[in-house]
Amino acid sequence: MEKVKVAILGSGNIGTDLLMKIQRSAVLELTAMIGIDPLSDGLQRAREMGVEVIDTGVDGFLARSELADIVFDATSAKAHHVHAEKLKAAGKITIDLTPAAIGPFVVPPVNLGEHLDECNVNLITCGGQATIPIVHAIHRISPVAYAEIVATISSRSAGPGTRANIDEFTRTTSRGLELIGGAKKGKAIIILNPAEPPIIMRDTVYALVDESFVDEDAITKSICDMVAEVQSYVPGYKMKGKPIFDGNKVTVFLQVEGIGDYLPAYSGNLDIMTASAVKVAEQFARHLQARVTV
Amino acid sequence: MAGKKQIILTEVALRDGSHAIAHQYTTEQVTAIAKGLNEAGVPYIEVSHGDGLAGSSLQYGLSHTNEMELIEAAVSVCTISKVAVLLLPGVGTVSELKQAAQLGARMARIATHVTEADISAQHIASAKEIGMEVVGFLMMAHSAPTAKLVEQAKLMESYGADVVYVVDSAGALLPHKVKERITALRQHLSIDIGFHGHNNLSLAMANTLAAIDAGATRIDGSIRCLGAGAGNTQTEVLLAVLERLGMYTGVDLYKMMDLAEQVVAPILMVPQEITRDNLTLGYAGVYSSFLLHAQRAAQKFGVDARDILLEIGRKKVVGGQEDMIVDVAAELARRKEASHANR
Repeated sequence: MEKVKVAILGSGNIGTDLLMKIQRSAVLELTAMIGIDPLSDGLQRAREMGVEVIDTGVDGFLARSELADIVFDATSAKAHHVHAEKLKAAGKITIDLTPAAIGPFVVPPVNLGEHLDECNVNLITCGGQATIPIVHAIHRISPVAYAEIVATISSRSAGPGTRANIDEFTRTTSRGLELIGGAKKGKAIIILNPAEPPIIMRDTVYALVDESFVDEDAITKSICDMVAEVQSYVPGYKMKGKPIFDGNKVTVFLQVEGIGDYLPAYSGNLDIMTASAVKVAEQFARHLQARVTV
Repeated sequence: MAGKKQIILTEVALRDGSHAIAHQYTTEQVTAIAKGLNEAGVPYIEVSHGDGLAGSSLQYGLSHTNEMELIEAAVSVCTISKVAVLLLPGVGTVSELKQAAQLGARMARIATHVTEADISAQHIASAKEIGMEVVGFLMMAHSAPTAKLVEQAKLMESYGADVVYVVDSAGALLPHKVKERITALRQHLSIDIGFHGHNNLSLAMANTLAAIDAGATRIDGSIRCLGAGAGNTQTEVLLAVLERLGMYTGVDLYKMMDLAEQVVAPILMVPQEITRDNLTLGYAGVYSSFLLHAQRAAQKFGVDARDILLEIGRKKVVGGQEDMIVDVAAELARRKEASHANR
């Protein structure tokens, strides 16, 4: 079956990492990389790889919109507000990797199959992609009253977009913990660590569960199953030790190592976002293909 | 006071001290302390969870009383003193800052790790916009070279900060290092410079005097040393010292001594002294609020709190990473078990 054509909007760290990941997809064909700086590393790499480069931003792409059916937006939340409208008007499906959160949230192992008829879905944040599956895994055994996550990433892997608007990270991740994780209340904290050599992304999940439902074995098994599921598309995702139980508090330590497509392996935060985005886009692509065949 | 050098004090016991009492402040305690500080004429009183606005969490410890209620209580008894709040971008957001400002907080202290000032731009600008005085608070200042500190302080100045502080969160700086840092900031910045010390190496006072000598004019203290780790520069002692040095603070020494003795001392879980664990914080260069967390983890996993803190220092863990403590303690316990098994 013919591959579905996709384009990447944004030539920063995330966009360039996507550029490399999409090459491996059996379902997606990258037809354009869109940026605004012709000299950016991302656009230069795309050119070298023989991918069509558009350096006039979203408008440049819309002038040739037949190039792709699905667009990954890897710019910034602010820019996405503008892009979302325009791409919708042009009938494109947008996979949003910014924390703009215009479309519904998607976390692959929790709700991949939902929202396939939407024209815009949002990937929440790197911390959200890493931790929400675990909260969901706990919640499906024992209702989670409160979920709190702490994402620690190396300073080097936090790009200017993340840095300029760190509030969006905490806000969007907290909402994701509630809406997709199932927690009644969610809270997110992000910490940047400048240590050299750079630390690998770490995430800690704390969940307070219903006191009458603390089935340690069932919760542990559910978490282990979920870790394996995330590993199927993020190979460097792992749990450190076992879940720690303390009364009705469950603590899980996670580490996310990237596969080093664009930034080195310490940038698991980048990897889990782009890997999730590709997974979501592939699902949309299969949905489109099925529609065509029927 | 004409001709006397003026030092502007910020009392941090109602924020930094929150760590020392596991964030258990009550409205009554905060009201009583704030009232006393106001009567003594302390210019600024910082009130927040120890880790700043929205710090109440499983990661850092849940607040006994919502900090917004504590801020409101402090504001209600302050006629002279201004109430300040701390905010760590990544923990708190602009929305909590606005809420605190609406309740009457007048100064915002925006804190980042010493190398990460650029995450504070949004918060500094927002605080200025709503009319607050803004302090940029560069934490763990011992961990970066002076040139880096200057570069980061200049960023905060460019975002609109009115003051930049050198924050010795680990109580690890030595007096000559403080002098070097403050001197460099004075050379390269045109705004006021502040210093926030911790007494883990018994150097809070010496460091504060070195900072003042090098040109710092904004100083933090905690009454009765009620701050994280071994506490901060003890405010009432500092008052006496500055008076003897011929400097002006506008704060009443006797009233502060009485407040320390009668109201603050009974709140302390244990009197502030430099215990072996406090000393280790300064020696290892570890964020002072890790103390109680390390002690709890040491007990739970049967390891020495000092070993946990030293390992945390080796791993270059930054402020806010309390989750590393349990992780490290568990790792040390595993290692200990393995070495016993090998014997």
